[in-house]
Amino acid sequence: MYKDGKMYDWPYPVNYEAETEVETDVLILGGGIAGCWAAISAAKGGSKVAIVEKAATITSGAGGSGCDHWINTPNPVSKVTAEDCVDWESQNANGYLNNISRYIAAKESYDTLLEMEQMGGKIRDTNDEFAGADFRDEKTKFLFAYDYENKFHFRIWGKNFKSALYKECKKLGVKIYDRTMATSLLTDGGKQGTKVIGATGLNSRTGELFIFKAKATVMSMSRHSRNWAFSSELTGLGQFRPNIVGTGYAMAFRAGAQFTQMERSMPGNLSFGTSYPSYGTGNAMNTWFPCTIVDANGKQIPWTDRDGKELTDFDQRTHPVKGQKLFGERGMAYDYRRPDITPDMQKRVKNGEFALPLYADMTGMPQMERRAIWGLMVGNEGRTPTPIFRTYNEAGFDPDKDMLQSYLMLGGDWLRGATLPHVRIGGEGPGDSGGLVVDWNLKTTLDSLYAAGDSLFAANYHHHAAATGRYAGRKAAAHANQTEQTKPARKQIDNEKARVYAPIERKNGIEWKELNAGLARVMQNYCGNYKNDELLNIGLKWTSDIEKNVASTACASNPHTLMRTLGVLDILTCNQMILHTSLARKASSTYLGFNRLDYPEIDPPAYHKWITIHQEGKRVKTGELSLDFYGDMESNYEAHK
Amino acid sequence: MSEEKIYATPNQPTPARPVIFNAELCTGCNCCVEVCMTDIFIPNPDKGKPPIIIYPEECWYGGVCVEHCPVDGAITLNHPLMQRAHFKRKDSSEHFWV
Repeated sequence: MYKDGKMYDWPYPVNYEAETEVETDVLILGGGIAGCWAAISAAKGGSKVAIVEKAATITSGAGGSGCDHWINTPNPVSKVTAEDCVDWESQNANGYLNNISRYIAAKESYDTLLEMEQMGGKIRDTNDEFAGADFRDEKTKFLFAYDYENKFHFRIWGKNFKSALYKECKKLGVKIYDRTMATSLLTDGGKQGTKVIGATGLNSRTGELFIFKAKATVMSMSRHSRNWAFSSELTGLGQFRPNIVGTGYAMAFRAGAQFTQMERSMPGNLSFGTSYPSYGTGNAMNTWFPCTIVDANGKQIPWTDRDGKELTDFDQRTHPVKGQKLFGERGMAYDYRRPDITPDMQKRVKNGEFALPLYADMTGMPQMERRAIWGLMVGNEGRTPTPIFRTYNEAGFDPDKDMLQSYLMLGGDWLRGATLPHVRIGGEGPGDSGGLVVDWNLKTTLDSLYAAGDSLFAANYHHHAAATGRYAGRKAAAHANQTEQTKPARKQIDNEKARVYAPIERKNGIEWKELNAGLARVMQNYCGNYKNDELLNIGLKWTSDIEKNVASTACASNPHTLMRTLGVLDILTCNQMILHTSLARKASSTYLGFNRLDYPEIDPPAYHKWITIHQEGKRVKTGELSLDFYGDMESNYEAHK
Repeated sequence: MSEEKIYATPNQPTPARPVIFNAELCTGCNCCVEVCMTDIFIPNPDKGKPPIIIYPEECWYGGVCVEHCPVDGAITLNHPLMQRAHFKRKDSSEHFWV
């Protein structure tokens, strides 16, 4: 990091405060999976499109480095319907499901996948590598995961999907602004709660400001993160990357958009180095489903069905039990529960029935299954092709001979390793945290602002990001065709410039890492596993106190650290959203991971609803939304699609 | 003892070496600088030399720098010591680590 004892010069020309104006029909904020799909469908709809991306669009986003599953996709090989897909997810979520986006995804996921194939994505076993496998459809050469009978979770070669999307964007003339962090939404007259007419962006290399003017905008940035968990040195070692902060949430909140489910949380990955690389340890879930797990003496840990009955044959792991319609890829709802490693495994280890350590043992599995996990899946999932598949192969790991150790006995779950109850995350995996409230056009509560992917509340995996992005892009393009550009208010731009560049002007203030860690500590202390009104009010007080007295001193030394600093200020805003929503929910809930000491009743019917939040001026308003606000799915979808 | 000059340098953040460049193979094309999701590199001021890892602790270990690198072997992803998994050879019961 140092050359001859001196710091390196910043290698890019710096032009703080310089302005570049860009005019486009449809503006895409966040160039991940959802954003690229939105851009492609808007461009195909005849719109001039621009993407604003904090990282590099060719690789960026939660699915940027790969993807192995395309789940929940009704298709010609399967009898599963879109209604089935939403139903099993809804049961898992105890009704807290974004049925609008999930239904849209289920309806359009297959067409989206076929479009991916046209762009060069590999979705079929064209080399007949898995010919004859139970999970293959011989006619279409599609491969499936989990439930082999119902064949609605695809296995795909997603390693190159993102570069294919990038190329398609380029081909369609989409203007891409990489290394540019969107910082605020521009609104009609500069007023909160009015039509969204564009956004501002900060280039994290040159420091210059972009002013994007657009007829329609798609919010496809990440969900919130690092609210409870942060490590100043091991920033990138967690399950999610340093770029995921919730800037999209903070800017939409400031603009007056409505959010819901922000109070949901669960024990999260500590990101302090206690975890292991994703899918790089012995496990039996997701990418590694349905792997055999053995103990130190080679004794198999039993797999069980939904009733806890031990399975005797390998094939039973991938087929519903008699009388079961289908099983989902995760979750515990009885109707759709999938086979799993016996739930009392940890107890039986403690009782001495199984000896530690445990291992994933593919050696005795059917050859096709072994090659599906170690090759197809681990070779294509995000953060696995190089980090796991290549690295482990080079270290001599051979799935035909070797068993990969599991670290489950450290506590936590297969993926996250050890967890602490008060160090939390807002949702599981890539989505299903809180997010923007949308209607059947995937339009937010602000005019001309659409949402897709993880920006949606209760979002889902890659297929959902892709399908909702494609849908939102289509809707945004249609809207752009019927509307005119609106000139941004100079005052709004000037106010944003003052906010964005303030950290550069300051000296000797707090830096972003210490600020993030301090904010996270407040959330751990006052919005942790157990909550009450007093704790939450104190949490709000300390967060506001930090905002006023500490965040106001935040300083940055170059455009990159400025980007990180602004991200932490957005985390602060997200924390306030979480605290306010938590205060408004006067009940406990299992699914929401929400324990109120002062309202201990679990899921009382009166609170079986969402809490919404938005801002009017500086005032925070919470409200309610019925869990069935989506109405009749089929007729609504047909009327809006 | 080395005659190299000693400087008053701060500690490096941990982990400090998320990727390792092979200076003999790396052409200094800066492809990795452009594809890195978290922008941890800057181009080397000495043209043709491997990029500088300026923000190592922000590495997300996604491996896209390796995948997009035009020269096989010029970049190696280097998981930090505490993140290296272990495996056991079934027949011989030998233990290995990655």
